[in-house]
Amino acid sequence: MANELIFKNASELAGLLKSGEVSSVELTQAHIDRIESVGEAVHSFLHTSPASALATAREIDQRRSSGEKLHDLAGLPIAVKDNLTTLDAPTTAGSKMLEGWIPPYDATVVKRLRDAGMPILGKTNLDEFAMGSSTEFSAYGPSKNPWDLTRIPGGSGGGSSSVVASFQAPLALGSDTGGSIRFPASVTGTVGIKPTYGAVSRYGLIALASSLDQVGPVSRSVLDSAMLQDLIAGHDPHDSTSLPESLGSMTEAALKGSVKGMRIGVIRELNGEGFQAGVKQRFNESLEMLSKAGAEIVEVSCPSFEYSIAAYYLILPAEASSNLAKFDSVRFGLRVAPEGNPTIERVMAATREAGFGPEVKRRIILGTYALSSGAFDNFYGAAQKVRTLIQRDFDAAFAKADVLVSPCAPTTAFKLGEKISDPLAMYLNDIATIPANLAGVPGISVPIGLAPEDGLPVGIQFMAPARADARLYQVGAALEQLNEAAWGKRMMEFAPDLEAK
Amino acid sequence: MSEITPDLVRHLAGLARILVTDEEVTQLAQELGVIVDSVATISKAVEGDVPATSHPIAMANVMRDDVVEPSLTQEQALSGAPDSDQGRFRVAAILDEE
Repeated sequence: MANELIFKNASELAGLLKSGEVSSVELTQAHIDRIESVGEAVHSFLHTSPASALATAREIDQRRSSGEKLHDLAGLPIAVKDNLTTLDAPTTAGSKMLEGWIPPYDATVVKRLRDAGMPILGKTNLDEFAMGSSTEFSAYGPSKNPWDLTRIPGGSGGGSSSVVASFQAPLALGSDTGGSIRFPASVTGTVGIKPTYGAVSRYGLIALASSLDQVGPVSRSVLDSAMLQDLIAGHDPHDSTSLPESLGSMTEAALKGSVKGMRIGVIRELNGEGFQAGVKQRFNESLEMLSKAGAEIVEVSCPSFEYSIAAYYLILPAEASSNLAKFDSVRFGLRVAPEGNPTIERVMAATREAGFGPEVKRRIILGTYALSSGAFDNFYGAAQKVRTLIQRDFDAAFAKADVLVSPCAPTTAFKLGEKISDPLAMYLNDIATIPANLAGVPGISVPIGLAPEDGLPVGIQFMAPARADARLYQVGAALEQLNEAAWGKRMMEFAPDLEAK
Repeated sequence: MSEITPDLVRHLAGLARILVTDEEVTQLAQELGVIVDSVATISKAVEGDVPATSHPIAMANVMRDDVVEPSLTQEQALSGAPDSDQGRFRVAAILDEE
């Protein structure tokens, strides 16, 4: 029988820790026990560190009992996506290239967790170097969706989404390049946010596409994510794209939770063909609820979004082919030496052949093509221009609306194996999430119930202008409250009992 | 139709320093052909004078104060190296013998 504590929201647990009703050791141990009982079935973690998590918990309990003033999240355990560097745990990015690699430094966001006194339970699974929408491209095998273990938990951050959805951790960190936080949140009934580009430091995030990557929170409630974003956000001199200014308190925005007078723009191009019936049904019901709660629903058009997937699958591979050049068998990671007396170039080629999986090779070679002199103007150059058009669409839409809204994904969770051999079908999962990365604006996925036809979670996505992340927490928390009032319970209380199996 | 031929794939893989087998070349040529055909629609979108965007939130010449900060020790920097010798990364020969 699982300890009831693990089913509570992070914000509630933070309160219990603060008041001394629950110790960090008790809470951390409850999650370690949960990992032991369901961890193997869900396969969220690539590495767990129970001993160091408990050591942190003991230290926090001691400091708290000595009367020290601690951070609001002190003592609350958390899981970290395995493309964020950690001094005391292997960091593989889901690749054989980095199997067993212990980084010589902590990512800035990891350091923030440590400074706040959060026990780190382990490192979560992802598609290799975050390239994928299902975790099926992880070199260490896929994670499973806790709502149905035969289905994908989304990707690339399916480890972080499934760990939170299966109550193995109350919070997790993810990274989002084209939807890798939001799509997994959408298909697992959890909350995930991609903050404004530069709001959270990328130092120590193993880069996929540097002009798109952003670190963000994963949780079971909007307020929980707000508290985590407040901890990890802020300027970092180690990341030259880090925004120098503060974006304000996300926690306050989530606690406000009202939509009275807010203009919500429905994106015409992201609400029609190709979206599952049950997804559209829940989406329309949410719009109705928001409207009844005093929001003004308007329609906006973003015609260039049609080209966002094409632009993304040129810009991302181009940047990735450059970023992944560092895996050259020299300074860290795998080295495979062919027979005989090979030159360094042959060692590199053999290492990259052995160390990279099929999707990574596909994208590196595609990126090399997009950047080659013959193709540059028609492909990479054109994609960068599309990025401008998409930004202009956002600017025009935000002149009419405070936030934009769409379903977060076209479908609910699909079956493991269903799309693995069709790259284009896999890429379409990100149709609603990619525009935010291309324009650098923030996006949130909030659960809005189950699709009637398959009983699986549906997510809604809100997007706000750059630096206006607070609006997402405000509208997200408001909708969450409306839904919880209608259901009489929280979203995750619909989830099946994993231990009953 | 896409211009992604097996020979082009072999050339690109060489540039990317990835050894590929003949079977991989055949498969990649087919898969990349489909992807390239699909993303080729993009040139239609940008007729006329549209500036390129390389970064979503433009910032230029980001500097910090010129102060020495702690950095990795030599031992830390070499800690992940597949091979090292006398405080340096050791690699195979750079040049062929002939």
